[in-house]
Parts: sequence; C-alpha cells; structure tokens
Amino acid sequence: MITWRGFLKRFLGDPVAVGAGIVLLVLVLMAVLAPVIAPQNPYDLLQLDIMDSEMPPSWTPGGDERFLLGTDAQGRGVLSTIMYGTGISLIIGIGAVIVQGILGITLGLIAGYKGGWIDSFLMRLADIQMSLSTLMIAIIVLALFQAAFDANVYADYAIFMLILIIGIAEWPKFARTVRSSVLGEKNKEYVDAARVIGLPARKVMWGHILPNTLTPVLVISTIQVAEAIMTEAALSFLGLGMPVDRPSLGSLIRSGFEFVFSGQYWITFYPALVLIALILALNLLGDWLRDVLNPKLRRGED
Amino acid sequence: MALLEVNDLHVAFPRGKRDEVEALRGVSLTLEKGERLGVVGESGAGKSMLAFAILNLIAEPGRVSQGTVKFEGENLLDLPERKIRDIRGNRISMIFQDPMVTLNPVLSIGTQMMETLRAHRKISDKDARALCIAKLKEVAIPSAESRLDAYPHELSGGLRQRVVIAIALLTDPEIIIADEPTTALDVTIQAEIMALILKLCREKDVALILITHDLGVVAEVTEKLMIMYAGKCVETGPTRQIIDTPKHPYASGLLKALPQHAGRGTKLYQIPGSMPPITNLPKGCTYHPRCDFATERCHGGEPDLVNGVACYNPLTSDAKTETKTEAET
Amino acid sequence: MHILAFLIRRAIQAVIVMFVISIIGFSIQDNLGDPLRELVGQSVSEAERQALRDELGLNDPFLVQYGRFLGNALQGDLGTSYFFKRPALEVIMDKFPATFELVLGATFIFLALSIPGGIYCAINRDKWIAKAIMTGSIIGISVPVFLTAIFLVWFFGVELKWLPAFGRGDTITMPWGWDTGLLTLDGLSHLILPSIALSSIMLPLFIRLIRAEMMEAMGTDYVRFAKAKGLSTGRIRYVHAFRNTLLPVVTVGGLMIGTLIAYTILTETVFQWPGMGFLFLEAVNRVDTPLIIAYIIVVGLIFVVVNTLVDFIYTLINPMVKLPGAKS
Repeated sequence: MITWRGFLKRFLGDPVAVGAGIVLLVLVLMAVLAPVIAPQNPYDLLQLDIMDSEMPPSWTPGGDERFLLGTDAQGRGVLSTIMYGTGISLIIGIGAVIVQGILGITLGLIAGYKGGWIDSFLMRLADIQMSLSTLMIAIIVLALFQAAFDANVYADYAIFMLILIIGIAEWPKFARTVRSSVLGEKNKEYVDAARVIGLPARKVMWGHILPNTLTPVLVISTIQVAEAIMTEAALSFLGLGMPVDRPSLGSLIRSGFEFVFSGQYWITFYPALVLIALILALNLLGDWLRDVLNPKLRRGED
Repeated sequence: MALLEVNDLHVAFPRGKRDEVEALRGVSLTLEKGERLGVVGESGAGKSMLAFAILNLIAEPGRVSQGTVKFEGENLLDLPERKIRDIRGNRISMIFQDPMVTLNPVLSIGTQMMETLRAHRKISDKDARALCIAKLKEVAIPSAESRLDAYPHELSGGLRQRVVIAIALLTDPEIIIADEPTTALDVTIQAEIMALILKLCREKDVALILITHDLGVVAEVTEKLMIMYAGKCVETGPTRQIIDTPKHPYASGLLKALPQHAGRGTKLYQIPGSMPPITNLPKGCTYHPRCDFATERCHGGEPDLVNGVACYNPLTSDAKTETKTEAET
Repeated sequence: MHILAFLIRRAIQAVIVMFVISIIGFSIQDNLGDPLRELVGQSVSEAERQALRDELGLNDPFLVQYGRFLGNALQGDLGTSYFFKRPALEVIMDKFPATFELVLGATFIFLALSIPGGIYCAINRDKWIAKAIMTGSIIGISVPVFLTAIFLVWFFGVELKWLPAFGRGDTITMPWGWDTGLLTLDGLSHLILPSIALSSIMLPLFIRLIRAEMMEAMGTDYVRFAKAKGLSTGRIRYVHAFRNTLLPVVTVGGLMIGTLIAYTILTETVFQWPGMGFLFLEAVNRVDTPLIIAYIIVVGLIFVVVNTLVDFIYTLINPMVKLPGAKS
C-alpha cells in the first residue's frame, strides 16, 4: 500500500494535480460558504429588483458595483447565482455518486462473491443499462415525470429525482469495478481463512473483501462525480432538471442561452466557465488518482 | 571470418532521469556457419536481451549502449533501419518463446507467412503460397494447404510453434535465434519441437543460437555453450567440455542441480540464494554471495573472462571429481 | 461461436428489448394524459364519459388493452399526435432524416480525426504535439456538448458569420420521401457546426481509446515477432497493431450509441435542428403523449438495430467467430 506521506509527496510534486486540487477546493468552499459570502441571496424574491435585470459586469460600461459579474433577466446577481448554483450541482453530483456507490458496491460484491447465474444476470443487466446510456434514460424518465406532474410539484422534487435517476442509472460502473476486484481477492488466502473459521458470507464480503476494493472505488468516484455533474447540467439545460428559481449551473446556462446572441454573454459565460472548471478539476484529479493508485501497476511492482 | 561475431555488447535501460542500468554487461560470442551455440542461464540473466540486441530490436526505452554485432563482417548496429530489416527475418530469423502470443490473433496463418516472404523477395502470390505450403509440410504440419486460411486460435500450441518455425525457415536464413522455443509448450511436445529444430538446422546447415535454461537440451543439441549470469558470460567453450568439467562454480552448480546427477533417494542439489536483480548487483564478482569457493579477492573486483571462464578460483578437474563422488553417495 | 446461432440469439434479444419498450410505451399511454380530455373536453357528463370509455375500450382488462396497443404498434399505428393531428409515427419519421444526417456527419468527423489522432499519439507519445492532443482531449471530455454547441453558434455563427448556425438550410426531397440536406451546398454548410458539436465528446474519448489500445498492441509479442520478421514499420503499425485495436473500438462504439442519441437531443436544441430530438422536447413541453411514446419506440428500435449491426461488424472482423462455410 502507498503511505499517506508518499501520497502527499506525489500530490505536491505534480503541478497539474495541485492546480486541480486548488480549483476544486476554491469552488467547494465558494459553494459551501455561499449563504455567508454571496452578495445577494438569489432565492429571496424580496432582494430582487426587475430594474436590475441584464446588467453587464461591473467593470464594463453600464455595470453596477453591486453585481460584479452582472445580472440575469430576473435581476439576480450572476456571481451569487453561480455560488448557490455550484452548491446545487455539487449536491446532485455527490448525492448521485453516493447512490451509485451503495447500489453498485452491493450488487458488485454479490455478483463477484456469489458468481453463477446471479453474476451472469447482474452483469448482463449492467451491459444493457450501460449501452442505453444514463443521459438517455434520464431524459426519458424526467420527460415523463415532468409531463405527468404539475410544474410546482416537479420543482419541489427535481433535486431528489436527479440524484435518484443519475444514481440508479450509473450503478454498473461501480458494480463492474467492485466485481472484478472481488474476483481478484476472492481466492486469496485470507478470504479462505475467514470462510474456514466459519464466518458467514456476508461478513466475509463486508469485512474482508470490501476494504481491499476501496482503491479502485475511490478512483472511479472522483470521475463519476464529474460525470454526474455533467449529466445534471445537460438535463437542466434541456429544461428537464433544476427549475429556474433554484438553478444549478446547467439551468443558469439554459436561462442565459437565449441572451448570448443579443450580447448579454455574461449570463451564460460565467456559469459555463465555472461548470467547465469544476468538471475539469474533478477529471484531472481522477486521472491523477488512477495513475497513482492504479492497482494493476502496483501489482506489477511487487 | 566468422559468420556472426558479437563483441562486448552492452544493453542499458534508463533509471530515473539521468541514471542507467545495464541489463547486458559486455557479452561476446562467435558463431560459424552451421554451428549451434547454447546460451544458458536463469531468467533475468540477460539471455533474451542478447537475442534481441543481436537484431537491434531492444524495445524502448532500452538501447544497445556499446559493442558491435558483425554479421559477415558488417556491423548490424550501424546499419540504417532499412538495411537491417533486410537481415531480420531473412538471413537471421527468430523463434519466440510462447507461440500463443507470437502470432497475431487477427491475421490468418497464410497472411503472416506470406508477408514475411514479400518483405524479402519479389514473388508472385501463387509461388508464395506454394512455398508457404512446402514449408508447413517441412515442419510436419498435417493438411498444410488448409492451414493457410486458419487463424492462430484454431491451432494448438505445438502446431503454432511449428508455424513459427516454418516462418523462421521461409527465407532460408543463415542463423536462427531460438529464445526458449519449448518452454511454453506441453512437456510431451517439447522434445518433438526440439528434435524438429535440430533436424532442420542440420539438414540446411543453419547456425543456431539456442537460448534456454535447460542444460539437458543444450547437451543434446549444441556444440558450443555459453553460461550467463547477471548480464555477463561467466563460462564459454565446447558444450561437452563444460558439461564434463565445468570451471566456473556457477556452471558446476547448475550441472549438479540437474535431476539426472542425483541418485535415487538423494536430495536434489540447489544453489543457495538467488540471482541478484540487475538494479542491485553486489560488488566484486556478482556470483560471490552464492559461491562456496569465494575468497577475499572475489569481493573486490569483477573477474574477466580468461580462457573461457570468468572466475578467480576456477575449479580444476579434481574438484569436479569431488563433486561427482558427492553426488554418487 | 457459429454466426447463425449468434444472429438468432441477437434476434431474440432484440425482440425482448422491444417487448420491454412496448410495455413501457403502453404504460405511459395508460397513465399519462386522459385521451377523453383530448377528444371531448370538460363539458361532458359522467355517464357519457363512461359510455365513451366503454366504446374506446378503456375499461377493458389490461391484457386486452395491451394486446390492442401492440397490434396497432406492429402495424405502425402509434396513435395520433395531439398537436399535429397526424399519425405520431409519421410525424417522427418526417424528422428522422435530419437526425440521421446529423449523426452521419458527426460520425464521419470523429472517425476521420480520432483514428489518425489516436495512432499518432500512440506512436509519438513523447512529442509535444501528442502531449498537446492528450491535454486537449481531457479538456474536451470535460466540456459539455451543449457548451461546445453554444460556443460554435456564437463564435462561427454570430461573431464571425462564417457558417449558418440555425436550422437545416435547403433540403431536397428524394423520390422515397426523404428530405436530405446532403445534396445542397446550403444544407451541407448548415450541417457542419452541429456535426462538430455532436462529435466533440466522442472525439477525445476515441482518441484516448485508440491511443491506449494501439500502445498496448505495439508492446505485444506478435508485434515484436513482426519486427523480427523484418516487416516494414508501416505494415507493423497499420496491419499488425491497428487491426487489433479495431475490436475494442467497435465494442466501445456500440456502447456509445445510446449516448450519441441522447446528445442529438442537446445538439438539436442548441442549433434548432429540426430532428427527432428537437421534436421530442417540444412534445414533452406540450404533453403530446402519443408523440412521446412514438419517439421512445422509434429510438428503441434504432438502438436495437444499430446494436445488432455493431455486433455483426464485430463478428466479421473477429476471427474468433466463425462464418458458416469456412473450413475448420
């Protein structure tokens, strides 16, 4: 195993990883502290004034110093909506990955440990679900959800729906990874030993195999958060995700999209920039983690 | 002039940004027309490295850092890529260790044979096909005609190695380098394949460099022998002579470890310890930590190859008799 | 595996998938939107409604209703669009050529660029161009398709005014009723930006995949043996190594079909491309249930057909799968 110190040393020695880490840290802090540091609360209708709408960034002619990055069509400060929106994107991204993780790890452990028809069935299901594509499944389910329910009801549940759908649709990635590490660990002596002492299958799986599969799980989690945020943004952009009054980064881009071509680029541009920075930072960190922790490479060194 | 003359060959791999590690540390050999040389050593001794270095095929990031490989007087290592390609697979061909991974899985046997011919000869499709079939027959592959359209996965390991041998013989080379050609095969087939290689080399007067860790095979097939340890040649000479009276303690140890030297019911001899990795060689003679005869001098500097042996305290025939009686008791 | 057995197995799988999709389609119809409301409005009495329900078969048992739905669907009757007042399937199929040509354009772009790009990066992995391509590819993967699309519209369409950014341009109706934009200059110029946008995620993904597979192949024993045979560098790279990257590339390509269809919805939205995805979103906003169902079924069918096709190609290029009549 790589030690924490060695891990930290390699991290600090890689400028790309450090850069991505800093960007991610800044964005997460910005989102978490949004209620404290944001200039306005975009959810508070009393703070909004339609007279403030579509103002350019403060350093350009016509800008207002209250709104650093300008305002959108409803008079909300773009900086404030980005801070809150980043939070919503992160909640959905992380929430969806937690759902994926719980489902995927459980099913992956079962498939890998039990084998036989359960394994073939689960993996066949995973194949089909993977090829259907999460975005396609989500678009159809959310479209139906939206068609079936009233807009207000939809707005209330949108965040849970997004977490659940992206979570459920992406379980195969975790399941496959965990399954293959279980198959690798299954025949090792300590698992046999546990079985010989008479520990039940469930205990062997959770207590002994799971800790050994955590490294690959950590690697895909990072990339999966990026993927989930991207999927959420796409859904919100289509109008199937977060509603305009509780916008994620994707809904912000959607609401600014129609203004881009008439010159009010800032309503779309800044949320887009933050969205790309967030996904890129997560992808770079994920790639870096894979390089550092790659179990395959390490196995070769032993 | 010898057919092949390798002189002081070094192969190095980078370690870190500046440092290099040598996998081959100055190996020399000569090979006459039709001569058969055995190269023996443990895995990691640099045997395969030697084989690939002769054809200048060391994979990146490794490189031949020093030495010459003269084939009919011409240094192969100085030749431009185009020129050395005319030698590879044409005048010097190779047989690899594992036939399961030597042949390309998505190309038919015929394609893989004919492309070799076409790389070296101007030949019509019809003639190429006929020649391929003839070679498949020479290596005793049943129903050779239909095998041309087969894919490697449709053939057994033994048959695949026969195909590899047929490819190596296609252009009537002067030298064949066989890198452990039977190691990956079933025990029952090993002898057959070895006999086939020997028969073809004899018939066509082809020189052979047989790389193996099996001294028994070497004794049957080769006339000359070279024993390698940690990237160097530690003993070389006529095969018979080394097997009867080894001078280097390592050679003697390898011979003692052969099962046929142990009597029924006696324990098999084992050389103590294991070969050091090239990244961490001991000072002095690289063999001294495992050697029963090591003296103070062996800790100091590495011995050069003198009279076919690189040892400060080479064994005399007396010592050999001693070990023999030991084995017999 | 014998190819006939393989095809039969695929056909059975396709039928199962279509069966599941039809059940989904039917349950949507059953639960979403009241056909009576569309037909008669609010002012009809409860007794009249019940009579109508009986007449329309809405009170029949589930299986009978599903059987009727399936029977109609098999004859190409997927209901009538509430908005267009035309058969839903007909409305969808009118938009199919636009989406098809968009996918065709994108596929052409990403294949034409990712294969040479991936091979180049594998062979020259230490050159700065290769490193730049690899860095660019991770950025490319991190930019959502709709942002690429918006950027293309804004930059090339609005700012530079080089290329048209909205719609399909001039189309020609083929004798079999297919509207194509491929045969007019205007149509082709409209196709460029949407195709680039749609290919923008596939491209970096495939460059990385081909590079990784190519690098693995270049390190195998059969490539070393090919070198030892004295083959030319070109033959080693493109016949020995590249042929072996095709199988994983086709497999991943098959897995990406669903994603590609989903991305057509995003691309068509930004470029107002009059395809099936754009139509689908409109149908969702209008709660045009028959059209929503028709879209799901048509997309399901496309998915199944293309997947079977991909598997077929896989068997063709994979010598491990036998063709009938081949000598063994």
